[in-house]
Amino acid sequence: MKFAVVVFPGSNCDEDAYHAAKDVLGQRAEYIWHKETDLKNADVVILPGGFAHGDYLRTGAMARFSPIMRTVAAFAAQGGPVFGICNGFQVLLESGLLPGAMLRNRDLKFHCEHVHVRVEQTDTPFTFACRRGQVLRIPIAHGEGNYFAEPAVIAQLEANRQIIFRYTDAAGKVTDAANPNGSAAAIAGLCNDARNVVGLMPHPERACEAALGSVDGRILFESVVEALKSGTIGGSKGAVMQTIGSA
Amino acid sequence: MRARVFVTLKPSVFDPQGKTIADALHSLGYGGVDDVRQGKYFELDLNTTEAAQARALAAEVADKLLANPVIESYRIEVD
Repeated sequence: MKFAVVVFPGSNCDEDAYHAAKDVLGQRAEYIWHKETDLKNADVVILPGGFAHGDYLRTGAMARFSPIMRTVAAFAAQGGPVFGICNGFQVLLESGLLPGAMLRNRDLKFHCEHVHVRVEQTDTPFTFACRRGQVLRIPIAHGEGNYFAEPAVIAQLEANRQIIFRYTDAAGKVTDAANPNGSAAAIAGLCNDARNVVGLMPHPERACEAALGSVDGRILFESVVEALKSGTIGGSKGAVMQTIGSA
Repeated sequence: MRARVFVTLKPSVFDPQGKTIADALHSLGYGGVDDVRQGKYFELDLNTTEAAQARALAAEVADKLLANPVIESYRIEVD
């Protein structure tokens, strides 16, 4: 199984994602520079965290125009699993591959801390191995993670079960105090309509080894490996993503 | 011609920066300032002498890049 880790100028979690895929999971991994247009037969695409193009104008706004993004969009349209982490999530939002937008954190502070997120749905490639309601302790590191969409869009996300992760307390309860940035509906991560494109603000790649303080993020990478092995989702081979199991 | 594009958060979107600035002004004693909305300002130098054309071009780039329609709206001035 091969992971493509897209590298934008200003990405700074690309090596962590590569390490998680290659060294922790023992899968193949390759960096793909943003000016390239070929995903080199990858089965999974990761848009890593960082500050792509300096976050000029808006977070993720410039990365959307990088040549590789057209290929990523085509890969996603074919059902290929795409995982946007933090800044990668912001890039997916700006690219229109996921709905909504990010605002500055409601307290205007850059938050760098471990938080808890609850897995809301397991029928995505990146939550395939999770339990519904499972609480993961994963770090966040962002200044603009305050998810916004119009109430009608939020209602649609709820109805379509596209909210995949919510900020909760350690017990898995949604509380205002557990929401680190003011995100609407406590959204920490969501997926597209076809469920193969997932964005998540916290950093699972920073929570894959005990030395890093948590191993809870590892299951998200293991999920996509299992999901692809199970044959229910397609990568670059062109298979169409189907809803993989029921939540 | 020159186009000026003013991008602001939509009225329905909470602006934490504007709120913080308003709070700061209130703490400075400017009780006459009810609210503040923060935005972005762009000056575009355009190689056209047609105002309508300049406005259309500015609107196109605002739609495509300068503003994110999910959270922002914009206003254009041309001269």
